[in-house]
Amino acid sequence: MKNKIKRSGPVLFSGYNRGEAIRKVITMSREDILFNIKESRLKGRGGAGFPTSTKWMLVAAASSEEKYVICNADEGEPGTFKDRVLLVEYPEMVLDGMVVGGYTMGAKKGIIYLRGEYEYILKSLQDYIVQMRKDNLLGKNILGNEGFDFDIEIFLGSGAYVCGEETALIESLEGNRGEARNRPPFPVSTGYLGNPTSVNNVETFAAVSHIVIKGGEWYRKMGTDKSSGSKLFSISGDCERPGVYELPWGITINDVLIMVGAKNTKAVQVGGASGVCLSKDHFNRSLAYEDVSTGGSIIIFNESRNMLSVLKNFMEFFVEESCGQCTPCRIGNVKLLEGVEMLEKGEFTFSYINRLKDLGRTMQLASKCGLGQSSPNSFISILDNFKGEILNRTGGKNGN
Amino acid sequence: MEIKGTRAPVSQQSLQVEKPEHPEHIGGSVSIEINDRKYSVPFGTTILEACQMNQIHIPTLCHHPDLCVAGVCRICVVEVEGMRTLQASCAYPITNPLKIKTTSDSVRKARKNIMDLMLSEHYGECYACFRNQNCELQKLAKEYGSDGFNFGHVTKSRYDVDHSSYSVIRDMDKCILCKRCVRTCIDLQEVGVLEAIDRGKDTHIGTFFDKPLSDVICINCGQCINRCPTAALRANDPRDEIWEAIDNPNKHVVIQTAPSPRAAIGEEFGNAPGKSFTGEMNTALRKIGFNKVFDTNFTADLTIMEEGTELILRLYKALVVKDETVALPQFTSCSPGWVKYLEHFYPEFIDNLSSAKSPQQMFGALIKTYYAELNNINPEDIVSVALMPCSAKKFECNRPEMNSSGYKDVDYGLTTRELAQMIKEAGIHLPEMEQSHFDDPFGEASGAGLIFGATGGVMEAALRSVVEFVTGHKAEDLFSNANVIPVRGFEGVKYFEIPLTEVGPVPGILKPLVPNWDWLKGVTLKIAVAHGTANAKKVMDNIKAGGKFSECHFVEFMACPGGCIGGGGQPIPTNAEVRKQRANAIYTEDESLPLRKSHENEHVVNLYETFLTDGPCGHKSHKLLHTHYIKRGKYIS
Ligand SMILES: Cc1cc2nc3c(=O)[nH]c(=O)nc-3n(C[C@H](O)[C@H](O)[C@H](O)COP(=O)(O)O)c2cc1C
Ligand code: SF4
Ligand code: SF4
Ligand code: SF4
Ligand code: SF4
Repeated sequence: MKNKIKRSGPVLFSGYNRGEAIRKVITMSREDILFNIKESRLKGRGGAGFPTSTKWMLVAAASSEEKYVICNADEGEPGTFKDRVLLVEYPEMVLDGMVVGGYTMGAKKGIIYLRGEYEYILKSLQDYIVQMRKDNLLGKNILGNEGFDFDIEIFLGSGAYVCGEETALIESLEGNRGEARNRPPFPVSTGYLGNPTSVNNVETFAAVSHIVIKGGEWYRKMGTDKSSGSKLFSISGDCERPGVYELPWGITINDVLIMVGAKNTKAVQVGGASGVCLSKDHFNRSLAYEDVSTGGSIIIFNESRNMLSVLKNFMEFFVEESCGQCTPCRIGNVKLLEGVEMLEKGEFTFSYINRLKDLGRTMQLASKCGLGQSSPNSFISILDNFKGEILNRTGGKNGN
Repeated sequence: MEIKGTRAPVSQQSLQVEKPEHPEHIGGSVSIEINDRKYSVPFGTTILEACQMNQIHIPTLCHHPDLCVAGVCRICVVEVEGMRTLQASCAYPITNPLKIKTTSDSVRKARKNIMDLMLSEHYGECYACFRNQNCELQKLAKEYGSDGFNFGHVTKSRYDVDHSSYSVIRDMDKCILCKRCVRTCIDLQEVGVLEAIDRGKDTHIGTFFDKPLSDVICINCGQCINRCPTAALRANDPRDEIWEAIDNPNKHVVIQTAPSPRAAIGEEFGNAPGKSFTGEMNTALRKIGFNKVFDTNFTADLTIMEEGTELILRLYKALVVKDETVALPQFTSCSPGWVKYLEHFYPEFIDNLSSAKSPQQMFGALIKTYYAELNNINPEDIVSVALMPCSAKKFECNRPEMNSSGYKDVDYGLTTRELAQMIKEAGIHLPEMEQSHFDDPFGEASGAGLIFGATGGVMEAALRSVVEFVTGHKAEDLFSNANVIPVRGFEGVKYFEIPLTEVGPVPGILKPLVPNWDWLKGVTLKIAVAHGTANAKKVMDNIKAGGKFSECHFVEFMACPGGCIGGGGQPIPTNAEVRKQRANAIYTEDESLPLRKSHENEHVVNLYETFLTDGPCGHKSHKLLHTHYIKRGKYIS
């Protein structure tokens, strides 16, 4: 598979010397490292946008013999492929970031949870880990630093989307059914095998490697006030130059569309299936945690697309991928999909569609994990933003 | 293929934080606000518990007080200030000050929507359902004023009913996926035959490879039934066959009634737990049409004689004859759920199981031999019913080896719930019945037989007799009022030692078996009691590892938490308080009886004099009252 890096930026797709971040941190105190990450205002790149420094501080502060650093490389969100690109092109950035995490939080073990479909990169990653061990970038007394032990293992995922959710991921690692846990307690206190665990996205680790070298200040200068630094976007759909782009946070959707050569764009799905679908009147909005937040997936639809089919695809995905554990998500998604089918056939009442939107809000609020909480986003946003198209198509025969 | 370890996964283990007795003394309480009122609760209390403590109602479905947290039905969600989403109150431990709203607009809407979603998938008709009027789903639907199917309703059955088991019937069309059964089986019982299978809309509760329940390692304890909020799980109900037998003038239908049902059946008629209805039930049973009503406590007394003698023989062989093949500790065998558990999980310990049959099966064998002969009835015409608190008893009476009378010793195991239903069908309101006695020739039994119903009861009954046999002193001299308090109560595993400092003469009935008691002088009798198979597992693993329990002489095991009073055929709901009240009812009745020791039961003495003339563990009793077991293992074909 070709990794289409379409635009390199100042951080992730930039020069990096392997081992550099590790060499740097062993000269620093834990506090200094955490301070730098805090200064950088780095937020988790897995989608939820939780401040990385806070997560790491909680794990660092936990008094436990055993702690774990987990790299979430499950990348199951439709339309996302940036983590794969990082792992193939820049594994040193990601793995060094994990070692930095181990050093900072006092964890001795790192685990990469690799998406099942990415099995083909398993070998190269394993080879790379062997190389790191040879160079004493992994293993005991790393770089001669007495007591700095850290090693990394790779676990191949089972292919369920929900296993990207951090607690389901941990369940899956423990050999159980991939189902989200109740939170609290959070993984930072009760994670893998009950121990303090930091689960971070591939890109988060890569960013950390740069931050510890160049400082939090430097990183914060990029992006916006609330969304610092740069971000990898996986851009796909109706455009001339799909691929992975490193862009500063805060860029508008319009600018992105121009950059990738998108024409006659009708809709942009930001954040994958669990994200929101925006119509033209939103294209001047910017990609940032404070405006349109995303884990990095951008899917472009041009005028030829039928938004109801787009929505149906998404809902089928969730019906399929719900772990089936909690009521709102397990049954709710089925009801939303049925609603889409009713709209397709034109056999619906407005009151029922409104009831489904209300159900969508309940799913957002009451589902047990992020999957169910975000699964109605497309439904609600497409029905809101493309109301005209959908109702004109179907006419709302029984409308009342 | 071997089943994976059955330990509950971390996610399914309890979140509950140990609660200090006086949190206020150690500053372990947290100030919270619920619906704008201030409360102080112990650190780690869940929001649900905090609300329950303060009489604030929160609907629940997947939560059960006996089980670890699941947080999956989401009906108990509440608003916590500062949180983006609603929180499942059952799963949220309070560790810092919170502001909680339990009936805000978003909470009410969410609960209503969730309720409607559940109903949309629930295939069942309340009026044709055994849980009608005692169903948590139905109750919630009423609470939320459901008057229609807002998200449609399934119109076709999706799953075949699994009738394969003698004990438990699974009707997954009625399942709401609360996973209480899963948690019961894996966490409370450590058996682990039920699990969620498939994902998304196809998720269902199933067994290993969706095999029929009869083909997996289910121990038939029925604890899953007792905790299921709906009718998705129920016992295999023999009412139709029993009515048919009653209606057949050529059949002589007798029923034996175990101690626990009488202590709980009142609950089915609106009584609070804790009152026995022994006499009333006897009258009702006769009104229904049973020809004879017997007391299983009679064979419980007989079990004590047989099992106690077996223990003495084992000890004699081990201590005097120095026979190293003798299996000790001896395990009780009256709980068929426990027996099957051992057969599956610890088959190498099969020789430790007492060969004495359970009281149910002893009675069965006697009814179709002794009783039939005495009354000149053709055993073929006898229909023998056993009223039990237990679903595993249905399996037990169908074990192929349980035919020592030459016929099927017990024809039907009937649960407390099913009998209550029969009584209602007959138009009888149980509490209004006059009291009456049990029928001869078995008559009234001892309090020792009665307390078999509670965990520790078999041990207490055995001790009351063994101690008298061996020391020659009255049990009352050793235990105040003959109450053996250390083996009572609901602690998971109980351990007790009795030093035998002096010995007396060997009583007549045992004289053929042991010359004297001198060999027991100075021995410390070590015994243990475990209830619920999860606790049994702890003891067994300890024995396997050569720990303290391997030094025991006698261990009582009951498959169900609380013992038979918490059996899988008892009225629903069950929880710690209900079980405590039922046990109270039993112990209170025991204290009120004139006869409290098995060996003093004159009908038992008479039986040995006239029928089992070669005495306890003699030839005839071996044929009728003892059995053997099967090394099943965990392999499923
Ligand atoms: C259904 C679902 C799928 C997820 N999939 C991923 C994923 O593939 N990769 C990822 O990094 N985070 C994923 N997440 C987010 C993780 O739960 C978690 O927040 C993240 O790994 C934390 O890393 P970060 O702090 O670096 O963002 C997913 C969340 C949900 C609810
Ligand atoms: S929200 Fe969906 S995926 Fe998450 S726990 Fe509930 S059913 Fe499973
Ligand atoms: S399980 Fe409950 S809700 Fe369902 S049919 Fe039976 S009584 Fe009604
Ligand atoms: S009867 Fe007992 S062993 Fe069988 S499924 Fe139910 S809880 Fe598990
Ligand atoms: S069978 Fe009963 S207890 Fe088990 S999940 Fe279904 S409704 Fe819950």
